[in-house]
Amino acid sequence: MSTGNARIAIGQPARMAVVLMAVAMFVAACGGSSASVSPSASADTSCAPASLALKTPGVLTLSTDNPAYSPWFQGGNEGATVWIGDYNNDPVNGKGYEGAVAYAIAAKLGFTADKVAWIVTAFDQSFAPGDKSFDLFMNQVSIKADRAEAVDFSHGYYNVAQGVVTIEGSPIAGATSIAELKGAKLGTQIGTTSYDAIINVIAPDQEPAVFNTMDEAVAALQAGQIDGVVADVPTTFYMRDAQLDGGVIVGQLTGTGDGAEQFGVVLQKGSALTACVNQAIDALKADGTLDALLLEWIGGTGSAPVIK
Amino acid sequence: MATGSARKGLLVATLSTLVVATLVAYTIGSSPAWPEVQKAFFDGRYFSTSLPKVAGAFFINVQLFILAELLILPIGLLIALARSITTPALAPLRIFATIYVDFFRGVPSILIIYVLGFGVPALKIDGIPKEPFFWALVTLVLIYSAYVSEVYRAGIESIHPSQERAARALGLTRVQALRYVVVPQAMRRVIPPLLNDFIGLQKDTALVSILGVVETFKQAQILKAASFNFTPLMTTALIFLIITIPMTRLVDRLAAKDRNAQLGGTL
Repeated sequence: MSTGNARIAIGQPARMAVVLMAVAMFVAACGGSSASVSPSASADTSCAPASLALKTPGVLTLSTDNPAYSPWFQGGNEGATVWIGDYNNDPVNGKGYEGAVAYAIAAKLGFTADKVAWIVTAFDQSFAPGDKSFDLFMNQVSIKADRAEAVDFSHGYYNVAQGVVTIEGSPIAGATSIAELKGAKLGTQIGTTSYDAIINVIAPDQEPAVFNTMDEAVAALQAGQIDGVVADVPTTFYMRDAQLDGGVIVGQLTGTGDGAEQFGVVLQKGSALTACVNQAIDALKADGTLDALLLEWIGGTGSAPVIK
Repeated sequence: MATGSARKGLLVATLSTLVVATLVAYTIGSSPAWPEVQKAFFDGRYFSTSLPKVAGAFFINVQLFILAELLILPIGLLIALARSITTPALAPLRIFATIYVDFFRGVPSILIIYVLGFGVPALKIDGIPKEPFFWALVTLVLIYSAYVSEVYRAGIESIHPSQERAARALGLTRVQALRYVVVPQAMRRVIPPLLNDFIGLQKDTALVSILGVVETFKQAQILKAASFNFTPLMTTALIFLIITIPMTRLVDRLAAKDRNAQLGGTL
């Protein structure tokens, strides 16, 4: 019996030591994290295609998530091998607002369509540490100061306004004021600034439902589990027109869409490309290309009343 | 009773642990990209800002876990008993229980929660709850009852058949023999594997996040996406560990106690 006891006596402190060690490592890992500062973009202002540092020399590697939703990507996916399935769009066709802007940026940088490659990057992957497999990631990513510590953002290419969509018969169908939305159970997709809009602009009495994708938020709305979905305005129109049975636009949230929130291109932190992409976007703004693409792909969907 | 050899053993254990931990820490810490990874996963600022929110949301996981556990224990036992029925007339019950266990152990939990959580409320049948919490609870109870019933069954079958025969010889019916002789003995044996399943259940409460409920994992994901920093996920991991490690130690201790009791006990 005494050997048995001795074995336990050794075993327990050893396990304790392992646990303590793990905690110590976690605490140590958390300390002094602000030590590393990434070098800022290089001062080299030459943006000629040959002088750009690309993932694959001579090819601009663009990226977005899969599925790629309308109206950001459009034109369907006939013949596609990656962006497959209903309601999905192959970004290669250059249609939809983001798809078109992506090719416009590529053209400004000197890449014709045949010198552009598309790869899938999941949202979380786009900001994971380590080398990115893309040059530019465009996936309706809102520019935020905290986020800019992990990645580089280009200048904005779209002013985001947040809107609310619901279905006929919902308690918030026909609501015209923020006050009427307070009591609603609202839902949105995780990782979106739509969530911030629910919390900051509407501040509802009930905790919002937060889904992994907008498709699930739409399913929950259709099933009556939530009263409304908050998303960027073009997406609310797409939901009403293509996804919802009896969808109704409630409106655009006040204080959004004034340029305070913008979508930007995501690049590797400290990427030498960032300055060149900024030049390209600035040029596309100045020559009216962005406005024209906005009108072509999003402007036609109509306008939402402002909810104050 | 702390003998010299025990003290020496403790010293060796502590030393070897220190050496291994130092080696691991050095290998990771000296890798060229460690500062970047450290900033992304172990940022002290995000740890302290995420802790209250992530810990607060953990309350939902705790509720879900306790409610599910209370339902799983009896339902799992009933299924296990249904599977051990040998009466020919009750064969349909046994077949149903077998199919149930095969199905719910074989299909990934995530698929079941999708179908129940989004599909059933969409039927819009009056009186059927729509709350995601309810459907998450149903999913966990369905799946873990299947696992737990197998644990019970293994326990019941591990009791030597002579026990039941002796009970029957004393005039007990089969049900009485199960109730008073076999199941009480089986219970003692199944406690460690049952606790093991419940540790799994605790972690699977994060499944409710699929239905939009902001529990601890979802809260961490929200904070992660807002900041592009993964530290909030580490915060959640720490909270889960604080709960599961004591349970794991308890399982170890119970298993050791049971082993000693069996070795030292008389037949």
